[in-house]
Amino acid sequence: MASNLLEMQAITKTFPGVKALENVNLKVKEGEIHALMGENGAGKSTLMKVLSGVYEFGAYEGDILFKGETCRFRTISDSEKKGIVIIHQELALIPQLSVAENIFLGNERSKRGIIDWYKTELETRELLKTVGLDEKPSVKAGSLGVGKQQLVEIAKALSKEVKLLILDEPTAALNEEDSENLLRLLLSFKGQGITSIIISHKLNEIMKVADSITILRDGKTIETLNVHEETITEERIIQGMVGRDLTHRYPLRTPTIGDIGFEIKDWTVYHPVQSERIMVDSASLNVRKGEIVGIAGLMGAGRTELAMSLFGKSYGQKISGTILKNGTPIKVPTISAAIEAGIAYVTEDRKEYGLILMQDIKSNISLANLSSISRRYLVNDHQELVEAERYREKMAIKTPSVHQKTGNLSGGNQQKVVLSKWIFTEPELLILDEPTRGIDVGAKFEIYSIIHDAASQGKSVLMISSELPELLGMCDRIYVMNEGRITGEVAREEATQELLMKYMTRGRD
Amino acid sequence: MLDSVKKLFRSNIRQYGMFIALALIMLFFEIITDGTLLRPLNITNLVLQNSYILILAIGMLLVIITGHIDLSVGSVAAFVGAVSAIMMVNLNIHFSLAIILSLLIGAAVGAWHGFWIAYVRIPSFIVTLAGMLLFRGLTMLVLDGKSVAPFPDGFRAISTGFLPTFGGGSLHYVTILIGIGLSLLLIVMDWRKRLLDQRYKLEVLPPVFMIVKLAVLVAILNYFAFLLASYKGLPNIFVLLFALIVFYTFIMRRTIMGRHIYALGGNEKAARLSGIKTKKMTFWVFVNMGVMAALAGLVFAARLNAATPKAGVNFELDAIAAAFIGGASATGGVGTVIGAIVGGLVMGVMNNGMSLVGLGIDYQQGIKGLVLLLAVAFDIYNKNKSS
Repeated sequence: MASNLLEMQAITKTFPGVKALENVNLKVKEGEIHALMGENGAGKSTLMKVLSGVYEFGAYEGDILFKGETCRFRTISDSEKKGIVIIHQELALIPQLSVAENIFLGNERSKRGIIDWYKTELETRELLKTVGLDEKPSVKAGSLGVGKQQLVEIAKALSKEVKLLILDEPTAALNEEDSENLLRLLLSFKGQGITSIIISHKLNEIMKVADSITILRDGKTIETLNVHEETITEERIIQGMVGRDLTHRYPLRTPTIGDIGFEIKDWTVYHPVQSERIMVDSASLNVRKGEIVGIAGLMGAGRTELAMSLFGKSYGQKISGTILKNGTPIKVPTISAAIEAGIAYVTEDRKEYGLILMQDIKSNISLANLSSISRRYLVNDHQELVEAERYREKMAIKTPSVHQKTGNLSGGNQQKVVLSKWIFTEPELLILDEPTRGIDVGAKFEIYSIIHDAASQGKSVLMISSELPELLGMCDRIYVMNEGRITGEVAREEATQELLMKYMTRGRD
Repeated sequence: MLDSVKKLFRSNIRQYGMFIALALIMLFFEIITDGTLLRPLNITNLVLQNSYILILAIGMLLVIITGHIDLSVGSVAAFVGAVSAIMMVNLNIHFSLAIILSLLIGAAVGAWHGFWIAYVRIPSFIVTLAGMLLFRGLTMLVLDGKSVAPFPDGFRAISTGFLPTFGGGSLHYVTILIGIGLSLLLIVMDWRKRLLDQRYKLEVLPPVFMIVKLAVLVAILNYFAFLLASYKGLPNIFVLLFALIVFYTFIMRRTIMGRHIYALGGNEKAARLSGIKTKKMTFWVFVNMGVMAALAGLVFAARLNAATPKAGVNFELDAIAAAFIGGASATGGVGTVIGAIVGGLVMGVMNNGMSLVGLGIDYQQGIKGLVLLLAVAFDIYNKNKSS
């Protein structure tokens, strides 16, 4: 068996008041893909920060052995010199700089302080070929999609002669196809002797590529599983992560479905800037009361564009088509009109578009429906507090108080605040855009329960998701989109991942 | 008992930090000027000298909360002052009509800025920098490079007049009565809030603390009323300022509009998707700033009894500094009206105190710069510590 490339022994890291890591051990063998798993807040990222030198030696206890020698990293560049490179969850490319400039940023190919652009160009081409990215080195990083940017990040890591590549949630923002590509790339690196540590919430991906899996929970190592020595099921991993048996990943529900609540006919939307580019192409769909309807599709299929254009025309231009509510056409020219009409839209990016992070929980919850707790134009602070407390209890938002700033909450709790905010507007159509993105397994279950609850109150729920199992587990009916068109409609009974995938990639005839 | 005092103090230090700083600065100058600072005459002067900066600071605070900046307010104040002088002195328009017209001109100027910023989406820094140059130029044009004076007495009373009184003697009884009236109002309001808080089962201050707190506030209030009463009484401008502070505090803290402004500054995209009309709101915040700049311009012209081409130079910097010293955040979303006022008073007391001591203008500028930097650094240090 191969020897250990990395050993982290008895790592303990304390923040004021919290033990983030306690006696954590991690052994990574040479040439393997090692998955690090755990719920949000389990300590995965902290452990990787210790390893890469973000927390300098002395700020933690324990030892790091890399290739058998003890390492004391003071800065990130110390660890990079050894060949340990971390790619963070949030991409760190500078959009205004070219791909080549980004790859060699801080590591410029130069002679006596003057950059050698020919060498930069040539090496960039080589690197791009290695990661399979067909773009010119002079292209601006910002003009690339998330999937391609991720590849540039990896090329950047390769330029540093990486021995151990750490990827923190590399596929969180990628669609299925780009994720597949990335995983294939990881496997090919493995063939070239590069060891990787991958942090991910997506169990199916881990199952595909990982050789061993270390599970963290509450800052402690729970176990390390070897995929080749024993058969490991997804349930087995989840059990390790949450410490309880999650036989049902989706809560049980018996849907009571009523009449059609909302219907959209021939909905067409053009790109807000490029006025000739069609983003949603005569889409028609309906959602019944108490029904959860999914929208599947690859990234760029037009799902978010459809949702946002329905929500008070908050996206696009030259929008045409009809929205029918209970059979009568309604007009929703602005977002406030949409809210008035009973439409709520929970965005996919809760930090950027959903929350005011510097404000507390109660102000965030009340924001979209201040008039309900106001008399004339005066906000009733006390009533606001009562409502916020009610939602804190109902949604099980874990916080010492509703005066807590939302910026200090975990992803799952932030999402509960956003959901509270929109359910507080008493919507009849609840549009959810990737409602569980970046949320750990335990919190996902709670979010699902909240969605079920909304449906059981007779709300129509429209749910966009890139995770097919989630759609299959949650929805009564699924529409599939591709290239702005609705390419299929699948009932719960006949829905399979294969069928959805087929519609998702069905092009124009 | 002692522990709970400590806890109370610690949890409120950020809230009261600026008040404490102001009190310390006042105490410091009171001592080194041998009691000149708090003499009735000097207190009256201090408020008169800083009134226009405080008015601008209120408007600027709203602008800063929305995440913008307005560099044009000094020039706009000068411009409106100049136009009002032309109206009153050259055209003999009655001062009350001239005031209304001037405020409308201010609103129009604000709308001009607001249009470019909110709807064309040009950064406010650039739009108002252009406005700063444009309106300075227009001021000179309107005044033909000369000062225009004198203003009618009725107009000058805004800045130089005092509330009328009754009875003789050396004390201004109306001021004393107002002091007592406000004290009663303060007690009643605080008591009502306490009852309401209790009804909603919120944590309230222990009764002893509440009584001590109210006693201190009432004592300070009446002491200042007495100080002012023993000179000429309450200046008109003081009443105007007080009304503005109460009005804007109310708007920002209690109304839907106030909430929307904070939300807009905190995260514009999230605010928009919550149904807030972000463009319209930004536009009106700048219209409001224009009106406040106009008001400041009138107050300044009335105080100087002349409109001059050089009026209002660097006012914008003082107003911005006041808002930041008072705890507003440069990235938007954070700040209070009362904070901006305290920030403005910190600057004002320092100006006044340093002048009383006889420190040169060179030192004054430098020290003010350092105080601005330290105040904001202290604020950021506190924020980091608490999170």
